[in-house]
Amino acid sequence: MPVEQVETRSAVLFDGERPLALDSGATLAPVEVAYETYGTLDAAAANAVVVCHALTGDAHAAGHHGDPSRRGWWDNMIGPGRPLDTDRFFVICANLLGGCRGTTGPSSVDPASGRPYGLRFPLFTVRDLVRVQRGVTRHLGVERPLAAIGGSLGGMQALQWALDAPGELGAAVVVCASSRLSAQNIAFSAVARTAIMSDPDFCGGDYQEAGVRPDRGLAVARQMAHITYLSAESMRRKFGRRLQDGDVPRLGFDVDFQVESYLRHQGESFLRRFDANSYLYLSRVMDYYEPFADPVATAEAVSAMTSDVLVISFDSDWRFDTAHAREIVRTLAAHGAPVSFREVASPHGHDSFLLEVPEYHRTVAAFLDRVARERVPAAATA
Amino acid sequence: MRADLDLVARMVAPGSRVLDLGCGDGDLLAALIRDRGCRGQGVEVSREALHACIARGVPVVEADIDEGLPDFEDGAFDVVVLSQTLPAVHRPAVALREMTRVGRLGIVSFPNVGHWRPRMQLAMRGKMPVTRTLPQRWHETTNIHLCTIRDFEALARAEDLTLLERRLLDAGGGPAPPRASRRPNLLAAGAVYMLRR
Repeated sequence: MPVEQVETRSAVLFDGERPLALDSGATLAPVEVAYETYGTLDAAAANAVVVCHALTGDAHAAGHHGDPSRRGWWDNMIGPGRPLDTDRFFVICANLLGGCRGTTGPSSVDPASGRPYGLRFPLFTVRDLVRVQRGVTRHLGVERPLAAIGGSLGGMQALQWALDAPGELGAAVVVCASSRLSAQNIAFSAVARTAIMSDPDFCGGDYQEAGVRPDRGLAVARQMAHITYLSAESMRRKFGRRLQDGDVPRLGFDVDFQVESYLRHQGESFLRRFDANSYLYLSRVMDYYEPFADPVATAEAVSAMTSDVLVISFDSDWRFDTAHAREIVRTLAAHGAPVSFREVASPHGHDSFLLEVPEYHRTVAAFLDRVARERVPAAATA
Repeated sequence: MRADLDLVARMVAPGSRVLDLGCGDGDLLAALIRDRGCRGQGVEVSREALHACIARGVPVVEADIDEGLPDFEDGAFDVVVLSQTLPAVHRPAVALREMTRVGRLGIVSFPNVGHWRPRMQLAMRGKMPVTRTLPQRWHETTNIHLCTIRDFEALARAEDLTLLERRLLDAGGGPAPPRASRRPNLLAAGAVYMLRR
């Protein structure tokens, strides 16, 4: 069953008295965070599952805001009887630090200058994203979340949370993520950023003050990234070489093939909900992510880890392919951390993590069910 | 738990880090984790077995032993178990090398085709044996490298493996009667070895 109508709420988690201290040494205050919750927190505050969103997600993971046909980005995963069963779990999803959907980010106003941060927003890390996620759970009265789950950048946060806070997180579900982007991964993100930053309306990141938006660059960035989220096979199935209008090619440079029309739509609809500077920051955070860079620190962190970890990849995902998942598995197993791993067959590429792939949902459901049976006091779930 | 698994479980020292290759539904690992305080990790290819392990909380990695064990570093485990899986792998020698690379000790169990019962079936009926330890017909079984106790020990020698201990099994998977040790290759329905490189 789907989640019903929900609303996004907001909280100021860090202020001038207690600013957010970032890995870079910079501090940030205030930090406002937009979040949604689904289901009910039990009396022991033991049934919370935190959903960490990916690069372009937001707090609206499930349900709707008034129009039941327009639903949250992970509606198929969250709800009564779904893998993140809201009859059992209290599901939390917050917009990421640096985002543009209600949480403080580069489009927010810097209280020091009264101007939007733009590129003066401090660089942050996945660990900083987790600091804010933990701030949200504590704000909601949850000291020990049952699990954190996410795909792509969301999976990186779930993994980092397990590493950063031994004893806090019951389990981490890390879906099509990476512990170290490849040169090819970084290259794709670099081209996307180049598209944004070379748009004449980018204005060095101060486009808000200039009253313009680097829409052309952002749309191109999205279009290119979107190609990497699909598999060649899924594009062939979805579009083939079909033409947009009729059977006769128009023989020109306008949109003619269906795939072109689809990409143009993807680019345009993205502009309505995303900010170019947020795209720069949140893609950059993935490039620099390397939790296992230092072998000594890795051995220490993984050995201290108490979370059960489930790693999932999809066989057609070439953006973060199975080799990335196996690298995470190998590192965790090398230091004695119990880890489960599935490579799920799905034709949909990187996007599979957002889709209703039965074997994937079944695996997540079984894993969370077992974690809950072991870690949630029986009285609380009854 | 199957009798032969029970025997394997009792060969594992309490508190060991155990890797079970072809762990099935995770019966052995669940028992080792619960009763012997072990850290267990399974490897499986079967979708249903993977699901069963995840549902019961046995950590399991989807991987094919025939592709080696690249997910595991040298000496990452105290004990690596290959229980009734050896005849199903494509390259048994590679599996033995990999298990002794990632683990200090290996435990290997397999059905013995040299046992008198399958021998008689082949000799008298001229058909591939079907017995309690080899229950599937030739075209149904996943076993592609069946062997005898003598065959296995020859391979172990060729691979420079030290056989530390051998337990002989009866047809039910329990310990074979003492007289089996006089002619193991003829009288034991299966065997479990503890070995190291």
